[in-house]
Amino acid sequence: MREPGSLVDRHIGFVHALREAGVPVSLAEGLDAANALRVIELSDRESLRAAYAATLVKKPAYRPGFDVLFDLWFPSSTTGLAAERAPEDLDPRTAPVAELRAHLARLLADSTDLELRAFAQAMVERFGRQDSGPGRQNWFSYSVMRALSPETLMATILREVLQGRERGGLAEKTVRRRVQDNTRRFEEAVATDVRRRIAEDSGIERIARSAVRPPLDQIDFLRVTRDDLARLRREVHPLARRLAARLTIRQRKGRRGRLDFRKTVRASLQSGGVPLTTHFRPPRPHRPELVILCDTSDSVSSFAHFTLLLTYALREQFTKVRAFGFVDTVDEITRFFQPGADVVEAMTRLANEADMVRFGRTNYGHALERFAERHGDALGPRTSLLILGDARSNYQPPALDVLKSLVSGCRHAYWLNPEPRAQWDTGDSVASDYATVVPMHECRNVAQLTAFIETLA
Amino acid sequence: MFDSPSDVTERLAAVDYLSDDAISTSVYLAAALGKPLLVEGPAGVGKTQLAKAVAQATAADLVRLQCYEGLDEARALYEWNYKKQLLRIQATSADDDIFTEEFLLERPLLKAIRSDKPTVLLIDEMDKADVEVEGLLLELLSDFQVTIPELGTIAATRRPYVVLTSNATRELSEALKRRCLYLHIEYPTPERERDIVLAQVPTIRADLAEQLARTVATLRALELKKAPSVAETVDWANTLLALGRDDLDEATVAGTLGVVLKHSSDHERAIKQLGLPHA
Repeated sequence: MREPGSLVDRHIGFVHALREAGVPVSLAEGLDAANALRVIELSDRESLRAAYAATLVKKPAYRPGFDVLFDLWFPSSTTGLAAERAPEDLDPRTAPVAELRAHLARLLADSTDLELRAFAQAMVERFGRQDSGPGRQNWFSYSVMRALSPETLMATILREVLQGRERGGLAEKTVRRRVQDNTRRFEEAVATDVRRRIAEDSGIERIARSAVRPPLDQIDFLRVTRDDLARLRREVHPLARRLAARLTIRQRKGRRGRLDFRKTVRASLQSGGVPLTTHFRPPRPHRPELVILCDTSDSVSSFAHFTLLLTYALREQFTKVRAFGFVDTVDEITRFFQPGADVVEAMTRLANEADMVRFGRTNYGHALERFAERHGDALGPRTSLLILGDARSNYQPPALDVLKSLVSGCRHAYWLNPEPRAQWDTGDSVASDYATVVPMHECRNVAQLTAFIETLA
Repeated sequence: MFDSPSDVTERLAAVDYLSDDAISTSVYLAAALGKPLLVEGPAGVGKTQLAKAVAQATAADLVRLQCYEGLDEARALYEWNYKKQLLRIQATSADDDIFTEEFLLERPLLKAIRSDKPTVLLIDEMDKADVEVEGLLLELLSDFQVTIPELGTIAATRRPYVVLTSNATRELSEALKRRCLYLHIEYPTPERERDIVLAQVPTIRADLAEQLARTVATLRALELKKAPSVAETVDWANTLLALGRDDLDEATVAGTLGVVLKHSSDHERAIKQLGLPHA
């Protein structure tokens, strides 16, 4: 009989938590992991982590969530660390804050993971605790960050490391990046340790549920943070490549082209003039012209930006892409996406230079009217029209008739709405009114966007 | 094959492949559990090199199957030698059995299965092959056997060590991933990259290698279309040696940026963000 709290229980609990956090772990994979536990050195935590990762996590997007859960289920022991701490006279429990900050500055400039983690743990111990009632305590990472404020250490570190060398050059950039990286690692180490302590006090399951962020392709466009957006932008090109590969493969598979007479006759010579095998020309690729009309107001801008970037990265899949942006009036923004143009720059220029704002409040009706008036000729019988926006028009008239006439002039029309379906028609949203004219799709995250683009091209 | 993850680290280092904790553990587990190892990661982080290094470290034969679009059974697994069969039918009476070993042409997968020497089977750039090829591999990867309808099932005489690599240009199927151990190799940390440069370009000075690795890490942190790969870092080290530079200052970086960045927009971005002089 097993005793409670055995390795097996812990293993099962961990696998269960992974599944709950959205990492698909099959039964067979769970068994693989258990098998792996038999052959590796269990006392080496990093190799245990690697073994679990190799057997259970088969997509990089799941990795951050996995790491958080692993740290909770298999916390690093805190007893052995004291010996490895830097041999200094610094006692983290009593030293004045200024000295601690100086020590942190040294660590941020250059340190191993282990030193940084040990220091983070000591700091959580000292600054992270807040009593919340008799005999109870709570742990917070922001109080640690406020006490040490690592982001204000940059100037000191730069002065120290560069030592009179010229400022602003490559050397400074390199140091800056390293310090930023280490600051992030320190923050993560603090957060990990805070989570570990909370888990110790009130159970792993409670903290596990709130600690794991959804994988990147599941993150809601409307709740995206700046960091996430940068990570998403980095995903644009790989994603576009992946989509493009899938689209061309599907095209090639799908239809057969016209009979290649010459090749068939040539082949028939082998069989005495009888055309046993027929040859076909490769199919003419069907490439839609794409016109994108997108709401660039602040409420949906991250969604619009990402979608624009993706369609532009997919340019080869379409004969022609034209993009128009609007808030309450409309302007063509195609010129910002020249081939080879810089992604980030295109976005800032777009926001500064394009003429999309009159009064600054989204007005779908007016934008549609202006579009029909000025750029109506962009739409033709071979065009697919793609409208991106949340259909929130500040209670202005929606101009449904204009939209109807626009749609009737093109081959297909789609509306992508970044809001969850449940919120359509609440407040000033006129989603269903527009949806009667243009089929409207919910498009809240990268996964949904990918699925949509596949149906499009 | 290996005794422990640290044994893997040592023996790979002996053939000039510097691994880290995750790589060593995965390589060790793949050997210990007898499972294929699926390696993913950006281009140029040493995925294929890992398979080669494993083969070299264990003194095994390397059988390589390069995947491409349109790869099929006949080129991956086996093919019947039609010409020989035809000649046999014409030369002898027609009831002779023409589906025997004698007429079988071995392709990489079958060769790896039937070899009685230790073998590392490298299935390179799996994502380039069509989805059907994955189906073809499933039997091989889970049971290390191949079924030829005319002959029956051929089981492995000796389990090959299988490494699959993929650049993730398309998502591999769940069924395939489930049968493999998974290893994602990211760009190395500056420390590890410095060691890689030192191992590959032994004549370079240690502090220059360090500078190089840190600069490349800075470049990767920019939002580039194509981040510099490890191979390109090594190329850069060689370039600096050839030019006789022993310090990586702004002018040198700007002048040799083409070795690591291969899009003009990436160039402009790097020059602007790092404050480099225009070359």
